[in-house]
Amino acid sequence: MSDAVAVHGAVEPAETPLTPESWGKLGMWLFLAGDAMSFGGLIVAYGALRYHAKSWPVPAEVLGINLTALMTFLLILSSVTMVLGLAALQDGDKPRFKKFMGLTILGGAIFLGLQAYEWTHLIGHTLPHYKLAFSTDLFATTFFVLTGFHGMHVSGGVIYNACVLAAVNRGRYQAKHVEIAGLYWHFVDLVWILIFTFVYLL
Amino acid sequence: MSESAVAHGAHGQHAKPSFISHYIFSLDHKMIGRQFLFVGLLMLMIGGILAMLVRWQLAWPESPVPGLGFISEPYIYPGPNGGGIIPPQTYNALFTMHATIMIFFVVMPIMVGTFGNFLIPLMIGAGDMAFPKLNMLSFWVGAISGVVMLSSFFVPGGPAAGGWTGYATLSAKAQYTGVEWGQHLWIIALMLNGVSSLMGAINYITTVVNMRAPGMGYFRMPLTVWSLFITAILLLLALPVLTAALAMLLFDRMAGTSFFLPEGGGEPLLWQHMFWFFGHPEVYILVLPAMGITSDLLSTFSRKPIFGYHAMAFSMIAIAGLSWIVWGHHMFISGMNPLLGTAFMMTTMVIAVPSAIKVFNWLGTLWGGSIRLTVPMLFALGFVSNFLIGGLSGIFMASTPVDIFIHDTYFIVAHFHYVVAGIIFALFAAVYYWFPKMFYRNMNQTLGKVHFVLTYIFFNGAFFPMHFLGVGGHMRRIYNPLQYEFITPMHDWNIFITWSALILGASQLFFLGNFFWSLFAGKKAEQNPWQANTLEWSAPTPAPHGNFLTTPTVYRGPYEYSSPEVTEDWLPQDKDIGASTAAKAH
Repeated sequence: MSDAVAVHGAVEPAETPLTPESWGKLGMWLFLAGDAMSFGGLIVAYGALRYHAKSWPVPAEVLGINLTALMTFLLILSSVTMVLGLAALQDGDKPRFKKFMGLTILGGAIFLGLQAYEWTHLIGHTLPHYKLAFSTDLFATTFFVLTGFHGMHVSGGVIYNACVLAAVNRGRYQAKHVEIAGLYWHFVDLVWILIFTFVYLL
Repeated sequence: MSESAVAHGAHGQHAKPSFISHYIFSLDHKMIGRQFLFVGLLMLMIGGILAMLVRWQLAWPESPVPGLGFISEPYIYPGPNGGGIIPPQTYNALFTMHATIMIFFVVMPIMVGTFGNFLIPLMIGAGDMAFPKLNMLSFWVGAISGVVMLSSFFVPGGPAAGGWTGYATLSAKAQYTGVEWGQHLWIIALMLNGVSSLMGAINYITTVVNMRAPGMGYFRMPLTVWSLFITAILLLLALPVLTAALAMLLFDRMAGTSFFLPEGGGEPLLWQHMFWFFGHPEVYILVLPAMGITSDLLSTFSRKPIFGYHAMAFSMIAIAGLSWIVWGHHMFISGMNPLLGTAFMMTTMVIAVPSAIKVFNWLGTLWGGSIRLTVPMLFALGFVSNFLIGGLSGIFMASTPVDIFIHDTYFIVAHFHYVVAGIIFALFAAVYYWFPKMFYRNMNQTLGKVHFVLTYIFFNGAFFPMHFLGVGGHMRRIYNPLQYEFITPMHDWNIFITWSALILGASQLFFLGNFFWSLFAGKKAEQNPWQANTLEWSAPTPAPHGNFLTTPTVYRGPYEYSSPEVTEDWLPQDKDIGASTAAKAH
């Protein structure tokens, strides 16, 4: 019965459930609230350290904006395809859902690839040029910790989305499960916009 | 009532569970609650022994502890007759690990893990938690975190020794405490503990919000459920901040970064801010369940409705809300901006208002009640009395000018033991009270009363004189008080405290003996031995996987004791006595 509750939602009569369609939706919202606090902790720490720092490089000069702007655009696009995929599945159009979910996963994967390229380039060329390193300079430390923590979330999201796609394919998951995965994916996207703003632009 | 009928009705497709799926990797919230209880009790013994060693050193500094000689140098120096002398480094590790274990591995697993798991579904009339597999994962990640924490005793250099608050810079570089892997493992264990708590919190909140039985509106929930619900919200939002700070600390230690190290441009105060931003809500994570449980017990054993039910719920919400804006009161002497200190002083003092509402409502509940002095009731009263003392001494420290004088003295040690160690009274109350539901047998009431009297007397003997020491200037965390001339005139108090603490520790044998004897040989329990109203007592004993024979319908709040509408002096929440009552319930 326990599994039944988890998958099918309100199989038992219950008083005023907030998300009667599935418990998982509320669970994901709560997880995101907690996760927002961990990102919040890191971002506030970054702000405090930067505020008190004697000198801080101009981020745009060291990091470059163009590539990251493209990455941001890609991640936003992958959120759009996620929405389109969910809408398709809600209409019962499974092939169209598979196409858009595939594009979402692809968008996330390209983002990760570009981030790997960016990190390699920074570690190999740019940072030595400015005499900055992960362990000796807080600019580099906070950059890698924030983007790395976000990158872990994107990696998790790509795997999660792939699992959802497979489960829908086998008929185990329905639109409501995709909606929950979508919540997570949009959150990761939203956090990236904050990180892009605070770490690259400001 | 046949329990097998419902077990088959609810999940007929399931085969009889094997030993492993029943006791080890159980998905049943009740079994997971019991698992947390056993882990917590084991850790309580370990944490208690560490405290005894700390007390020994403070009363009889650098004299050999009997039987400790088996530990090798440099952790313990050999003394005569197999005794062992505690060196300063080990002393630091002892108080660090005592606090860490008691907070993260005793009070949290038992008050939140055990009673959250066991009681929430039963009390709201649900079959299980919202996410049983996540629940199992939460326990096992928590158990692994406990193993990691305990393993730090066995690594070279010993366990963490920088205090449970892990203040940077002390904790951020191995050479400052001489502890390398012990502190690494401390950080990793607390991060795992945070993940475990996060999973638990998601489960608790989803269960309470979505799975209440028909009729169980928010304001018909027992205050125990209210308290655990609010606690879960605090856990959800506070723990991730600690986890983030711990991650940064780990980078400082292992990757050579400087988040908290000033020589690399970092900010030691940043750690304090992040730690206490988590740490103050954490205090309420620990105490709120104790308050909720106490409220339920006082009402049940006074045979009276709780005084001011809504005020009780709203005061817990107020405490939880205020807990986010008071963390600076831990940092009055840290060099923080004094203006900020004044703001934190005022917000902190405001917490006294909802706390006082709770205490007065408890007294109002007792007033004119037909009080039954059962063992759980005695412990609940003990909690109220300790919380009153701890709450009042808290106001001393909230006041910045007073705090500057008594900061980091034994006054603060007295204060937080009256609150946090006082929670142990609510913990015992809850174990004695729900033991019949958890283990289908009754605990021995006479042994329980002996346990209460001894615990109450020697708890106060151990912690009350610490106020005097603190006002006299006795610093906390010092290795040898006799090295300070101005403390030596008060040394008799240190010896008195240590004797009280040792007897307090020994008195717990009455509990352990009673607990394990009753587990196997206690008198078989009835379904509702305390004649209580809440839904867990409407479930059969033993409650099957799925809890209720049919989903209960709730007609009224949980505190309808001595109701004129029935002949008995209790009226269960799910008892249908006709339309008139159903309409008039809150």
